[in-house]
Amino acid sequence: MEWRSGLIAFVFAIATLLAAAAQNPLAGNAKAAKAGEYEFRINCALCHGLGAHGGGRGPDLTRAKKKYAHNDAEMFQIISNGIPGTAMPANGTNGQGVGMTDEEIWQIITYIRSQEVKAPANSIGNPAHGKELFYGDANCSLCHMINGKGGRFGPELSEVGASRTRAAIVDSVRNPSHHLAWGLAEPTKEFPQEYESVTAVTADGKEIKGVTLNEDSFSVQIMDTNEQIHLLEKDKLKSFHTSRESAMPKYTTDTLSDKDLDDIVAYLVSMGAK
Amino acid sequence: MNSRDRVLTAVLVLFVLSPAFAQVTYKRLLNSAKEPQNWMMYSGDYSGKRFSGLDQINKSNVRAMVAKWVYQTGATGKLETSPLEVDGILYATAQDDRAFALDARTGRPIWMYQRQVPSDIRPCCGRVNRGLAILGGKVFLGTLDAHVIALDAKTGAVIWDVTAADYRTGHSFTVAPLVVKNLVIIGVSGGEYGVRGFIDAYDADTGARKWRFYTVPGPGEPGHDTWEGDSWKVGGAPAWNTGTYDPATNQIFWPTGNPAPSNRGAGRAGDNLYSNSLLALNADTGKLNWYFQFTKHDEHDWDATQVPIMIDKDGKHLIAQANRNGFFYVIDRATGKLISATAYGKQTWSDSKDADGRPVANKNASPTLNGHTVCPGALGTTNFMAPSYDPQTGLVYVTARDQCDIFSTAPQPYEAGHAYYGSAYFPSEDAKPYLGFLKAIDPATGEIKEKFQHTSPTWSGVLSTAGGLVFSGDAEGNFIAFDAASLKPLWHFQMGGAVYAPPMAFAIDGKEYVAIAAGSAIYAFGLP
Repeated sequence: MEWRSGLIAFVFAIATLLAAAAQNPLAGNAKAAKAGEYEFRINCALCHGLGAHGGGRGPDLTRAKKKYAHNDAEMFQIISNGIPGTAMPANGTNGQGVGMTDEEIWQIITYIRSQEVKAPANSIGNPAHGKELFYGDANCSLCHMINGKGGRFGPELSEVGASRTRAAIVDSVRNPSHHLAWGLAEPTKEFPQEYESVTAVTADGKEIKGVTLNEDSFSVQIMDTNEQIHLLEKDKLKSFHTSRESAMPKYTTDTLSDKDLDDIVAYLVSMGAK
Repeated sequence: MNSRDRVLTAVLVLFVLSPAFAQVTYKRLLNSAKEPQNWMMYSGDYSGKRFSGLDQINKSNVRAMVAKWVYQTGATGKLETSPLEVDGILYATAQDDRAFALDARTGRPIWMYQRQVPSDIRPCCGRVNRGLAILGGKVFLGTLDAHVIALDAKTGAVIWDVTAADYRTGHSFTVAPLVVKNLVIIGVSGGEYGVRGFIDAYDADTGARKWRFYTVPGPGEPGHDTWEGDSWKVGGAPAWNTGTYDPATNQIFWPTGNPAPSNRGAGRAGDNLYSNSLLALNADTGKLNWYFQFTKHDEHDWDATQVPIMIDKDGKHLIAQANRNGFFYVIDRATGKLISATAYGKQTWSDSKDADGRPVANKNASPTLNGHTVCPGALGTTNFMAPSYDPQTGLVYVTARDQCDIFSTAPQPYEAGHAYYGSAYFPSEDAKPYLGFLKAIDPATGEIKEKFQHTSPTWSGVLSTAGGLVFSGDAEGNFIAFDAASLKPLWHFQMGGAVYAPPMAFAIDGKEYVAIAAGSAIYAFGLP
């Protein structure tokens, strides 16, 4: 084949591929949705939960409005290739389950569409008041940052409203130790920070209290309460102790009412949707 | 060429080539303990010990160990290979059916092979490979598209290539084959696709298939009645990890994996033989001598494919396996009778034993539609991580994890080439962080003598050596040398990539090396 006709054939093949991926050939097909449910359980439920309502890690996919995928074709691309910089892996690389065929991906999309709730379930709460609380009386911003504003000691929360369910966020505030670095499976282990509480005493007797940023059997990186980062070798420490009690204070209904918490969650969800 | 040149050439050829590309005979494989400088099969020897007789690197000097070379494979994903090393050449594999030979002193490549793998292969759990087997001038590779191929050990050229099964129905090979006599023994993968599992033997010279043992019995065969209806046709029971061989009785001991679908027992009522079993097969014919089924009618994906280790002690001929279901089993090698089964990790599925002493599932163990928690999780207390038995300490070293999962189930029709799980598992909302260990188990009692807790669970295999050392890697990328008696870390090196492979050892020019795959690379270590 000469060079030019080869190029034309190549362009045509790409165009055909793109056209094929532009719409879901199984859209609205109930049988495909059922098959997609099986595939979803095998490949997606680990993070997104049974029924696509979201797990501790993956967003609730029953929300009609998705942060990254605005149509079926984009959803297909995301399932195939993952979302760089997030825990969402490319097809076949999550270590659980198998890689999916194109047909199986379309089945999953059909299933997700069949589960969507059109009315947003998150309309409760006043995000403007939530923002006031976040940066004010609730003291969230002392440790947490959103879009560059706030503290570094706790997890960065710009995306949390998109990536966690409402229930998971509420639970994290009411019972902070519950979800602490829980059950990280290998494919998603590359979370930058695990937030175990840690106390280390150096050889010269200096006590460092904070959270672990990164740890292996021989070294640890700690951020202390003043946001100073300490890079330590464990065998040079006098003592080293980690705890699964979160450094975050537990917010009871006495310190933060359900209504105020709803407002904060509404603020986080509104920021996550941006 | 005059006669003196001819002599010179002959001497040179002998000097340069014969140490490098000596033929690996079956006799050498049988007597592998006599040449600890070479690592000639997956587990190092036929007994599955993954023990090196080398002691130059030992407790007193291991702290001085340094990296000698690194070979970047260029592959991505999990590197599960256990290298071979014969007479100065290291042979290993990487993802997407790469195979290569390196100068084991320098890590410099001699040849590289990569198969043109079809785009629609269906490997279950990564495009992985666990290693090669060697005999004569050939190395043998099982491929992701379910072929068995022989490569020229000198050049990497394909000598023969045979199709074992149709990859489009979910058959694949990821296992390192085992050479016995002139046969290349290999077991199929595909338990997640509803294949009917098998173990094959191929003539090393020609690639002709000499026997096949179906791990799911067909109509009229013993054990067929342990399957409901036609469920046997898609019954799984793959054989994706390397077995061991007992020359004294000419038996191969090969472990098998989960029945399909893995998480749903409805529709396949019965014990589902020979899933999750240890099979004793006649090496020449593939005929079944005995079997022992670890987990009957499994509903948790607890493949029993862990390397079985032959242990001879006090006149007893035993075979031991640290099983994925959380129990450590010791079996009489002659009869297949169970001697002991002891939990070596967190488990909630069994609280009683049958008349044979086999742990049996309690009534709360089965997955449910909405899911409930069972320990160990689907990944098991251990998995494909190669264990090690050190005859000096008399201990079995196992990579273990404590982890529980929610197991859910849902009806799923079989469709050829599609994943066939009968639903799935996922971590519980209340799941504690998974814990990972290196455990030293006394096979005589099942007692855990020592353990080392990793920062997180690892997929690394284990090597023990005559230097009083145990080697393993971790998920954070460390390669660690432990005191074999205390499991105290004596040395470590950060390799920059998670470990999914087992270590091995070899020696060249009187210098010992320890090698392991991590990240995308093979690392070799030695004394300065």
